[in-house]
Amino acid sequence: MSTLLVRNGHLVDPGAGVDAVKDILFKDNRVLEIAAPGKLKQLNGATDVQSIDATGLVVAPGLIDIHVHLREPGQGYKETIATGTAAAAAGGFTAVAAMPNTAPVNDSAEITRWMQSPERGAQVRVFPIAAATRGSKGETLNDYAALKSAGAVAVTDDGHPILKDSVMRETLAAASRVGLSVIQHAEDTRLTQGASMNAGPAAFKLGLRGMPAEAESGIVERDIRLVTELREARAHLHVAHTSTAAAIAAVRQARRNGLRVTCEVAPHHFLLTDEHVGCYNTHYKMNPPLRSAADRDAMIEAILDGVVDAIATDHAPHAMHEKEVEFDRAPNGITGLETALGLCLRYLHGDLKMPLGRVLSLLSAQPAAVLGLKGRGTLAVGSCADAVIFDANAEWTYRAAEGKSKAKNTPFDGWTMQGKVRWTIAEGRVAYSSPE
Amino acid sequence: MPATAARRPFHPPQISPSPFPHHPGSLLGVEDLTLESLNHILARATALTNQDPLSRDRILAKRRVALLFYESSTRTRTSFELAAKALGCDTTLVSSLSSSIEKGESLKDTGLTIKALGAEAIILRHNSSGAPWVLEEYTRLPVLNAGDGMHEHPTQALLDLRTILAHLRPGVADVGPDTLAGVTVAITGDILHSRVARSNMLLLPRLGAQVLLCGPKELLPGLAAGAGPGVTIERNFEAALRQSQVVMMLRIQAERLAGLQLDLEQYKASYQLTGDRLRTLAPQAIVMHPGPIIRGLELTAGVADGPQSAILEQVANGVAIRMAVVERALTAGTTGGRA
Repeated sequence: MSTLLVRNGHLVDPGAGVDAVKDILFKDNRVLEIAAPGKLKQLNGATDVQSIDATGLVVAPGLIDIHVHLREPGQGYKETIATGTAAAAAGGFTAVAAMPNTAPVNDSAEITRWMQSPERGAQVRVFPIAAATRGSKGETLNDYAALKSAGAVAVTDDGHPILKDSVMRETLAAASRVGLSVIQHAEDTRLTQGASMNAGPAAFKLGLRGMPAEAESGIVERDIRLVTELREARAHLHVAHTSTAAAIAAVRQARRNGLRVTCEVAPHHFLLTDEHVGCYNTHYKMNPPLRSAADRDAMIEAILDGVVDAIATDHAPHAMHEKEVEFDRAPNGITGLETALGLCLRYLHGDLKMPLGRVLSLLSAQPAAVLGLKGRGTLAVGSCADAVIFDANAEWTYRAAEGKSKAKNTPFDGWTMQGKVRWTIAEGRVAYSSPE
Repeated sequence: MPATAARRPFHPPQISPSPFPHHPGSLLGVEDLTLESLNHILARATALTNQDPLSRDRILAKRRVALLFYESSTRTRTSFELAAKALGCDTTLVSSLSSSIEKGESLKDTGLTIKALGAEAIILRHNSSGAPWVLEEYTRLPVLNAGDGMHEHPTQALLDLRTILAHLRPGVADVGPDTLAGVTVAITGDILHSRVARSNMLLLPRLGAQVLLCGPKELLPGLAAGAGPGVTIERNFEAALRQSQVVMMLRIQAERLAGLQLDLEQYKASYQLTGDRLRTLAPQAIVMHPGPIIRGLELTAGVADGPQSAILEQVANGVAIRMAVVERALTAGTTGGRA
């Protein structure tokens, strides 16, 4: 099939412990060989080789976003699998895990397969995450074995957190029996009725009802208690979009206790605070909401000290008209696929001096490990031909209007980003390339 | 992962300055007003009140003002309408009942429709906090906030200020940072849901007043004290009364309680303004209330009708203030600079 040569790039592969200038040969969606520049052995005689000159650029494992909303089936006016994955490719992502809050809810093997069908026109690999319960109503568990064999990589009722202890316990137990992770959007919705931002001084001043931090941490603590009870079963809990210091503290303690508890943080939660809501700008409305400065600082702390397993964007596209409304009536969510790398490089690497390899690990090797995505998140020989090639030093301005996503609901429009994606290689083919 | 959590300098993204108001004639919140524009509004309120009605109604003759009301209202709607008409405006009322809002039209589209019909300014009452910002963003017309959700009610704070000045600082022509120095205003009751409380606690301290917020925890969260300088919490109503020259009572907003259970008998025992409390603890204070009042709940009928009550003066001052802000809405920007 196709052969792709990436020459002279600075390979940063934290999973494989590589940080050096290399030539990389991809063949048939596999990494065939890695060698010092000019030293590839298996290139001899190969014809029809597509070659990319990566001199001066970083070559890294393709990024993996384990929390996106691609809106299909059912809400193609917001985003489609084709446009959402095009945005992913533009952002350097080669795989995304798609949440099940579609219309209908993805609670069946049939929908799980439909999402992965070639007819969807995906530009990068889509890993469906299936609903934990029928219709995400939090009552009846789905058939996890069937969902897993259809390609689901985890289960969740994202957006409709499982509140009943008994159902959550059953979910964790049943998922662990088939080797699936359980992802929880931690929100005690009994405490957040009618709320549209974080509870605190900013919400009081704006006259908006607030979501207390305890609504998140209370569910995380409850879930960790259940995982503790299911210690024998090695149940895996993954806490989605962690946003509060208290929830992070609970995850930190659970890890010390040796539990299989992982968590992700979204770029907006380590960058922005509830003060940014300002004049009711709905591009700052998402769930979980932007929190206090102390919570934001706790996210940074946890990223730096390794408690956070993954940066995930919670890419949540909406049509323009849906966001051009009163703040309390606007849907939650912002896009994230095209801004994650640029923000992580600018703030985590540039400002906070986190080593490049560790930043990239949070965007590739570690999220792959969270969901057990084999052969992803590394460029070791034999793994998938998923790579991102970027200019780590380039600064650029993000323009939402020029983005690949159908949606433009982002607070980062006009922001300076660091690190320009030049090529995204997804399963051996160039899924995105940009001029200089 | 190695622990590398030693704190490093982090330069978080700055909060960009507000682009609002887009139109210099808008009045979205009291923080939009400079001292200069505050004085302008107070002076024009007096001048317009004293002007001959027959010449006054030529000031804005046949200019078009729309009243867009998503919530019921007696005082605010009527006084805005009378104020606009007193200056010669044509006014039209669009209310959420009996309009396409009922059919699901968005605020943006309703605003654009009203603009296309020739409205030059929109007076908006809305149950969502922040709605005036949305309307101004998409219409770019002068928007006057006539109460948005639990957020602000700036003309109420202005008319309250005019009332307070008339009683405590008669004859003062220009207000400044010390005009109300030594004045304590106790705002009592359902602070959490009150846009009147928010506007007053942002406005009055700018003129030197101390604002005491008074009420039970369910209706007055502790973080309210952080709303701005000059704002403190005094849970004990009687202690608050003893210190205050102005007692501003608020209605319990049953429509916004959202499931909150409140023991009304206990509430009355602690926070009702009775004749006894007023006579013994604040015999010189003026009693204010933005209305609608619920006699026998937050205050007794005797207090509402008593000699210390300024409640109906407030209503009258509403027309004066609203004439001034309607005039400002339709003349700011055309007379050069922000009035």
